[in-house]
Amino acid sequence: MSDGAARLQRVFAEAGRPLFVPYVMGGFPDLAGSHAQAVALAKHADVLELGIPFSDPLADGPTIQAAGQRALDSGTRPEDVIEIAASLRAGPPVVLMTYVNTILAAGERAFFEHAARAGVAGVIIPDLPVDEAGPVREAATRAGIAIVLLAAPTTDEARMAAIGRAAEGFLYCVSVTGVTGGDVTVGDELRDFIDRARRHVQVPLVVGFGVRTPDHAAQIGEIADGVVIASQLIRLYDEAASPEDGEKALDAYAASIVEALDRVPA
Amino acid sequence: MSEIPTRFGPYGGRYVPETVIGALDELEGAFSEHAEDATFQAELEGLLGSYVGRPTPLYRAKRLGERYGIEKLYFKREDLCHTGAHKINNALGQVLLARRMNKGRIIAETGAGQHGVATATAAALLDMQCCVYMGRTDMQRQRLNVVRMRMLGAEVRPVDSGTATLKDATSEAIRDWVTNVRDTHYVIGSAVGPAPYPEIVARFQAVIGVEAREQILAEEGCLPGAVVACVGGGSNAIGIFRGFMDDAEVELVGVEAAGHGLETGEHGAPLAEGSPGVLHGSLSYLLQTPEGQVSEPHSISAGLDYPGVGPEHSHLKDSGRVRYTNATDKEALDAFKACSEAEGIIPALETSHALAAIGRESSRLVGPVMVCLSGRGDKDVDQAGAAMGLDV
Ligand SMILES: Cc1ncc(COP(=O)(O)O)c(C=O)c1O
Repeated sequence: MSDGAARLQRVFAEAGRPLFVPYVMGGFPDLAGSHAQAVALAKHADVLELGIPFSDPLADGPTIQAAGQRALDSGTRPEDVIEIAASLRAGPPVVLMTYVNTILAAGERAFFEHAARAGVAGVIIPDLPVDEAGPVREAATRAGIAIVLLAAPTTDEARMAAIGRAAEGFLYCVSVTGVTGGDVTVGDELRDFIDRARRHVQVPLVVGFGVRTPDHAAQIGEIADGVVIASQLIRLYDEAASPEDGEKALDAYAASIVEALDRVPA
Repeated sequence: MSEIPTRFGPYGGRYVPETVIGALDELEGAFSEHAEDATFQAELEGLLGSYVGRPTPLYRAKRLGERYGIEKLYFKREDLCHTGAHKINNALGQVLLARRMNKGRIIAETGAGQHGVATATAAALLDMQCCVYMGRTDMQRQRLNVVRMRMLGAEVRPVDSGTATLKDATSEAIRDWVTNVRDTHYVIGSAVGPAPYPEIVARFQAVIGVEAREQILAEEGCLPGAVVACVGGGSNAIGIFRGFMDDAEVELVGVEAAGHGLETGEHGAPLAEGSPGVLHGSLSYLLQTPEGQVSEPHSISAGLDYPGVGPEHSHLKDSGRVRYTNATDKEALDAFKACSEAEGIIPALETSHALAAIGRESSRLVGPVMVCLSGRGDKDVDQAGAAMGLDV
């Protein structure tokens, strides 16, 4: 097991409740602004997900697309986002979220070595399914970083088994058949999907995509080991009157999510 | 069952969200099953004959040949296909396949609008719901095709992200597919995308090359010296090249869009100026920044205004089997005019790039020279007319 995977799994083992995994788009609206959001959220986060903006994010809906575009327009480079991770190393483990071309362009080895020096524990790559992960994974493992795989409601038993064999750190369960920014329904379909994942996957299960409210978090907390919240945080920050108000809104919202997760029966 | 490659050399693959992997497997299974199924083949061939108008003629373009100083110049007349371009060969095949897979909804991306029109046509014919994503910039420069799609009963959804052109429309179509994958088939319009798309599109387009080879042998008693085609995503090119791939003596030439000139950085020539990277699900040559952000391309022709290219072309470039060159906006416009005047055939602006390269390289090309006349230029009359100073 990579050092990053071990660090991630330790957080789950020690939390005693489902984890809160907030997302920050690195460089949105600019580097300083995203750093401030990350600091505000890190106070409540069990794991922090830090996005590297990409020009063509296929798995993302309008909110994250627009945030990523603004990050790129403000001149954000992947190394800037990795520097944000480095500045947060005293806090909860950081997992980067990046599309595969960013890693290929940097060179697998250089990318993961840089991320490892910044203390990054894992990397989520939404356009790198398990069958294509080989070479990227090797470079990550050598640098001590976990590749956090994704599973979707459309993932069948055979693929889930393959994902289970390769999963490390945690498994990112995509709650909906769709892109980010929608609205999750915690119903039979999601429950069946999580059951299927449990049967094949040993690592903790974290649910993301379309999670917006403390109620969503509590309902998901009953079936999974954590929740990722992304688009909703971006909306909150973006709608605030000033950056300071935005940070305050994130702080209050994050506290309400943690409170909801605290109430989930063990 | 026929083997469907996932990679061409190192290129290709499936760099897409996990959500659609199951659908790619299903598509691969359906294609291998039906591609060799006699009833499917009979249905497709029947429609290609009676509906599309295949085989398309091989025409000797004497006057343009004279202008260019080429004794024997042949056009493979894909412009005479129903709807006006080669795109229908693939659209019809894929929509038939979608029906076999019991998908009731069809989506597509389009740049020039030719693929959108072809898909909307096939969907109308086979009574399926159809939604086409098109960049707003392209909707303006290819207005005629927007109207055609709507008349055919398709919904055209404008895309405003990025430069509002083909790349952005493709990204949006993929997002729709990720969301509606259970009942929707994505009819990709070129030999791009995650496996098995590049191979499926190439096989549906290979009819161009198969016919062309027989026709030139019947006409000339010999193979062509060179076969030339424009390359956007690369579907008309791979379609005609596949007929001659094993004929080592036939030079294959692909022509990318040089836009305002390669030196300006404003072009659509990833094979000339790009480097391997991942866009829209496959690894291939790509116009990108050193950080791996996809660059914004430029071409006067919407169908070539794309920063990527099909993975098989990347492999054919590296292997040297195909030589890739390019033509600027201006050269393409000149060829558009020359072909219209000399032959009474108004070619698509995309196709005009292939003609321009032939004109420029006439002294080094070995004859007979064959070009894939991929489409007709009705859709381009506003744009080309304005550039030519005509009162339109
Ligand atoms: C007439 C015509 N030729 C060529 C192309 C370029 O596509 P491809 O490279 O896939 O043939 C298009 C695309 O819209 C087209 O309409």
